[in-house]
Amino acid sequence: MTESIERHNEADTSSGAEPIILAEGLTKTFTAHKRAGLLRRERSEFTAVDHIDLRVAPGELVGYIGPNGAGKSTTIKMLTGILTPTSGRLRVAGFEPQRDRVRLARRIGVVFGQRTTLWWDLPLKDSFTLLQRLYKIPPAKYAANLDYYIEALDLGPFLDRPVRQLSLGQRMRGDITAALLHDPAVVYLDEPTIGLDVVSKHAVREFLRDLNQRTGATILLTTHDTDDIERLCSRVVAIDHGRVAYDGPLDELRADRDLETVVRELYTGRSLVDTTG
Amino acid sequence: MVDERPLFGPRAYLLLVRMWSRSASQYRVSLAFTGFAQMLVASFDLISIAVIYTHVQTLAGFTFAETLYLYGTTRLAFAASDLVASGIESVADSIRLGTFDLVLIRPVSTLAQVLADQFTPKRFGKLIPAVVTLVWALTELPLHWTPAKVAVAVVTVLTGFVLYCSLWVLSGCISFIAVDAREVANTFTYGSEYATEYPLTIFGRPLGLALTFVLPVAFVTWQPSLYVLGHADPFGLPGFLRFASPVIAALLAGLAALAWRGSVRRYRSTGS
Repeated sequence: MTESIERHNEADTSSGAEPIILAEGLTKTFTAHKRAGLLRRERSEFTAVDHIDLRVAPGELVGYIGPNGAGKSTTIKMLTGILTPTSGRLRVAGFEPQRDRVRLARRIGVVFGQRTTLWWDLPLKDSFTLLQRLYKIPPAKYAANLDYYIEALDLGPFLDRPVRQLSLGQRMRGDITAALLHDPAVVYLDEPTIGLDVVSKHAVREFLRDLNQRTGATILLTTHDTDDIERLCSRVVAIDHGRVAYDGPLDELRADRDLETVVRELYTGRSLVDTTG
Repeated sequence: MVDERPLFGPRAYLLLVRMWSRSASQYRVSLAFTGFAQMLVASFDLISIAVIYTHVQTLAGFTFAETLYLYGTTRLAFAASDLVASGIESVADSIRLGTFDLVLIRPVSTLAQVLADQFTPKRFGKLIPAVVTLVWALTELPLHWTPAKVAVAVVTVLTGFVLYCSLWVLSGCISFIAVDAREVANTFTYGSEYATEYPLTIFGRPLGLALTFVLPVAFVTWQPSLYVLGHADPFGLPGFLRFASPVIAALLAGLAALAWRGSVRRYRSTGS
């Protein structure tokens, strides 16, 4: 065990240029049935994600932003295999997410900021032990990883406490650990700093930056906090009404104004960013 | 090399059941009370059967001991399926709240996860009256037990268990089509249990036949028990049906597995 956390840059790509996330024309259309009379039903369609193209290279840390209802969560759910795309091509870590969902699950880690995957009534530690079994993490690797996260996220003081007694910040650190114990190559974080105080936010950001640099894990970060983006992401993908509104370096996005103004304009539809560049 | 195969479904199920049991054990007093309540409620039906037989000698041609046998085998098979599979009832809530997403990001069988969901040891409470009833019936029945009858009696409980488990899974599938259809789903599970507690003849011929060929719960205990108790079929159905239960159970289990796969595929998730 010279290196407890494996690096993914080398491990997951045969050719360096191969993207770890590849979406081409990715589309998701929901069909809703509305009652229009006693027996008659009206069909209405809603396209949540509309022909999105996305290429993410291994080791990238991408901020995935957009207003509420823009299609961020729907995209993430297709990338994890939770939802079946209506059309388009999609590959993540060499798998077709929906078809190879169970095998892909071992290669990805997901953090839903608004939901916990931890066992509410049991000590935090027990959730980790269960994940070791479910993901078949080799014992030595599990021990090394757990030691690392206890140290990096300062879990020690509340490891034996039931999750229901943890503060939001402590719970989030627990959730992040739970999503990473199996060394995922791709990590999706859906609003990981939501509701956290300034200190906890800072700790989570520092940790994520370090994770990305140390393990080479590819990170896709969904957030409404422009500070998260400024401090973490070198690349930003913004979507609106299910379409890509901007995809490029962070520096270009905030070249002449502050990020918050740019994002606000992006969200209110007065996009002034040159998307061709 | 790292083992890439997902964890074996039944093992995942047992791991999750242990976690849920430990969660439930955090509230010991509540667990003890609800377990006792479940046992009590399960015993009430038995009292009503006993009361009926204080007024009549036979019910639809069946003696008290025979009805006890039907009731005992049904209850035992159902209580066992309730213990193992009724966790799937909460799938409707998890679809509505979107927490079913979390089931789909785990590298283990979705069915193992939903069956184990919210497992609580209080369900053992229902097993006790079922076992007591069956033992009572066996001591009361004036039967000559041949090896064939013993085998059919054992298989009755086993196939009944499989049939009910399949119905639990099918009722879970209904939640994917209509999230608020819990009552409809309950008709399949609790309703079919209720329908097989008594001699099927009390429902009359049309309903009796429907419960044989449409929703095949007559095969849970009724048909094999006619053989064990040495009764002719009051509906006059052919004799080979007495031994058809394992086939029906296998068919329904297969159907349930297919329906579950289809349901997970059409899962739509919720807002965010």
